[in-house]
Amino acid sequence: MEYVIEMLNIRKEFGNFVANDNITLQLRKGEIHALLGENGAGKSTLMNVLFGLYQPDGGEIRVRGNKADITDPNVANKLGIGMVHQHFMLVENFTVTENIILGNEPKKNGTVNVAGAAKKVAELSKQYGLNVDPNAKIEDISVGMQQRVEILKTLYRGADILIFDEPTASLTPQEISELIGIMKKLIAEGKSIILITHKLQEIMDVSDRVTVIRKGKGIGTVETADTNPEQLASMMVGRQVTFKTEKGPAHPKEEVLKIDGLTVEDSRGISKVKNLSLTIRKGEIVGIAGIDGNGQSELIEAITGLRKAQSGKILINGKDITNRKPREITESGIGHIPQDRHKHGLVLDFPIGHNIGLQTYYRPPYSKGGIMDYSAIEKKAKDIIAQYDVRTQGPHEPARALSGGNQQKAIIGREVERDPDLLIAALPTRGLDVGAIEFIHRRLIEQRDSGKAVLLVSFELDEVMNVSDRIAVIYDGSIIDTVYPSETDEQELGLLMAGHSRQAAARQAEEGVNKHVE
Amino acid sequence: MSTNMSNRMINLLVPAIAVILGLLVGAIVMLVSGYDPVAGYIALWQGIFGDSYAIGETIRQITPYILAGLAVAFAFRTGLFNIGVEGQLIVGWFAAVYVGAAFDLPKVIHLPLSILAGAAAGALWAFLPGLLKAKMKIHEVIVTIMMNYIALHVVNALIKTWSGGGDKTERILESASLRSEFLSSLTDYSRLHYGIIVALLMVVVMWFILEKTTTGFELKAVGFNEHASQYAGMKIGKNIILSMVISGAFAGLAGAMEGLGTFGNMYTRGGFTGIGFDGIAVALLGANTPLGVIFGAVLFGSLKYGALNMPNAAQIPEEVVQIVIALVIFFVACGYAIRLFLTKMSKKKGEK
Repeated sequence: MEYVIEMLNIRKEFGNFVANDNITLQLRKGEIHALLGENGAGKSTLMNVLFGLYQPDGGEIRVRGNKADITDPNVANKLGIGMVHQHFMLVENFTVTENIILGNEPKKNGTVNVAGAAKKVAELSKQYGLNVDPNAKIEDISVGMQQRVEILKTLYRGADILIFDEPTASLTPQEISELIGIMKKLIAEGKSIILITHKLQEIMDVSDRVTVIRKGKGIGTVETADTNPEQLASMMVGRQVTFKTEKGPAHPKEEVLKIDGLTVEDSRGISKVKNLSLTIRKGEIVGIAGIDGNGQSELIEAITGLRKAQSGKILINGKDITNRKPREITESGIGHIPQDRHKHGLVLDFPIGHNIGLQTYYRPPYSKGGIMDYSAIEKKAKDIIAQYDVRTQGPHEPARALSGGNQQKAIIGREVERDPDLLIAALPTRGLDVGAIEFIHRRLIEQRDSGKAVLLVSFELDEVMNVSDRIAVIYDGSIIDTVYPSETDEQELGLLMAGHSRQAAARQAEEGVNKHVE
Repeated sequence: MSTNMSNRMINLLVPAIAVILGLLVGAIVMLVSGYDPVAGYIALWQGIFGDSYAIGETIRQITPYILAGLAVAFAFRTGLFNIGVEGQLIVGWFAAVYVGAAFDLPKVIHLPLSILAGAAAGALWAFLPGLLKAKMKIHEVIVTIMMNYIALHVVNALIKTWSGGGDKTERILESASLRSEFLSSLTDYSRLHYGIIVALLMVVVMWFILEKTTTGFELKAVGFNEHASQYAGMKIGKNIILSMVISGAFAGLAGAMEGLGTFGNMYTRGGFTGIGFDGIAVALLGANTPLGVIFGAVLFGSLKYGALNMPNAAQIPEEVVQIVIALVIFFVACGYAIRLFLTKMSKKKGEK
């Protein structure tokens, strides 16, 4: 078998920390090879070694059979290795072509030959079915399109080994299936691909082989055809993973949250939440299912006081909190795991310990007479770090340095430890690996079992189905139906989310079945 | 272990190399212009440390730089860019001199009251941009720049009105003066005054506010991430205004030190003092930390004052002197590049 890339026993240390402990990865020509591992397992480090951003402390790299010394990314480029980064490296107000030639501009009579380059970009785009307009500005095109520009950039520079770093993290389901098509096309044209991901379904869908790493160690390489998501998950996490979190029946009690006729406008003055009513009781998890943009964000912002409600009432334990200040609302017994943890959840430049104190810093014992007691915050932070399995070097480490899953665990610890009556969890598992997802689901269910109310907002159908006791379907700013997970399926839920009534959904589902029969 | 050691080495080496490089390039400039760099630098050295009088005057010069640097650094740390330190300094100077001259009170009341008047005027001058930013999202850079001109010309007009058409205010009363017989006699009758103590005290105050108080925690959080702070229940507008007010108070104090310590009055001005703008560089050189500001202010203050000796003692024209001083500061500001170079060097060595 011919290998285009062989990374043999690669070792990389940072101080005392071994990020890559003798990992071997061999990429065959013309295959899609998935590199699977939890956040922080060492995937990025390994790829940065291949791309010349880090120098390995041990092992060797062979490119097309020859030993290669990749001292910087330019060497990698010359060897035909291209990287499609997770966070795009594009200049917003430049055109597609300008971005592609950036740093490597073709000259003609002393000026940059943009037109010539644009022609070449158009040809490449056509060859690989990318459908990119070479003259469009980056700021005007969608995220999926921007990613294709990144792909074109590597192709333009002659790469035939492409590394995709978490390529689906910011894509819509539609864009993901298009990307999968593009990857297959690239393979058909003779390229080889390394796909870094922690999404098991993607691996099953596109890859030929999978190399799994865990905590810096290579666990093994398997043929995708011979494996299944369960096996991959347990290889990745190191124990059996349950995709469906075990939980007993709910025992709902008194009302905690009551929303009555709520209307909320977005910043452009368009009503996003329309006359919405919803109640949540102690001891139950209510899932809000819906397609992104149907008023979920505005609903949560209104509950938590970050956005003004135009009309309607929000009561928590019978107390009216409509349009109150965020702090008053938090103190009335609401905990909130925000949708965007970098924007709303954390001060990334603060130590993780300060972030854990972000909701309680102003109260004793953390603050007395206006003076902070940072040692008290640190002590509390250490407790939460231990209890919620936040993997960090300690409370002094900047929040920015933690992986997404560990940042999220810290936020959950902070919110749950305040003992709120209602915990709002907005997309709590977005971008996290299966181990972290399982952990978070279990914590939400624990909250419920201890008699708290949980409001879960999610775009992932299986998450809503697995975790919720009751599902409220939101469509165009209103709750159009409430269903129980035991009495519905993903198909019906999907139709409800698209705005069909339950009768219509049932009819359509039936027709679908009949069609199948025919 | 070894990496830690070399890091500490680098931390010490960077400023030293920066100053040496600046002096070297400065020497080339002097040589090319036909002046003797050795004589020039001896004159600079003498100007800063030559005798106790020079040392006293240098410290006096450092005082307003510390306060202006604190003002900029404090705003920076809370996410705001206060370019209005110059204007806040000017109104602070005037207010301090006015209170120092217009009232006749016992010293224990008069001096603190005059100092406070300076701080309050600076705070008020910064309050407006803070308010506009908090309520209407008007960018503080634009407002503070404009407020500088308003301060300059309003104060000039006030001095003219007060002095009946003259170009200077009355002198402050002895009871409002920061002058110190003791410090002065210690330094061969320089104008060194108690302001340096006020400035150093304010360094501690800034550190205390930012690192010890709950207000400081909020100010820093808002500076880093407004959205997360709002979500955590902090009042964004209040924190923006408060940050500007504290920053402006530091700036006003810088003016008060000039008015109550160095000059004892205030003249109408044709242009800005420059101290407020240099404060931006002082803060940046000091990485916006209280201790760093002292370092930046010492560098600025001593170079500025010491350079005055170069035209006299070494016949180097003012213009060349200013280029040399600017070069030294430039190289210190390039510390990052020097650090990068040193890190690479030590890495290469390590690999071999």
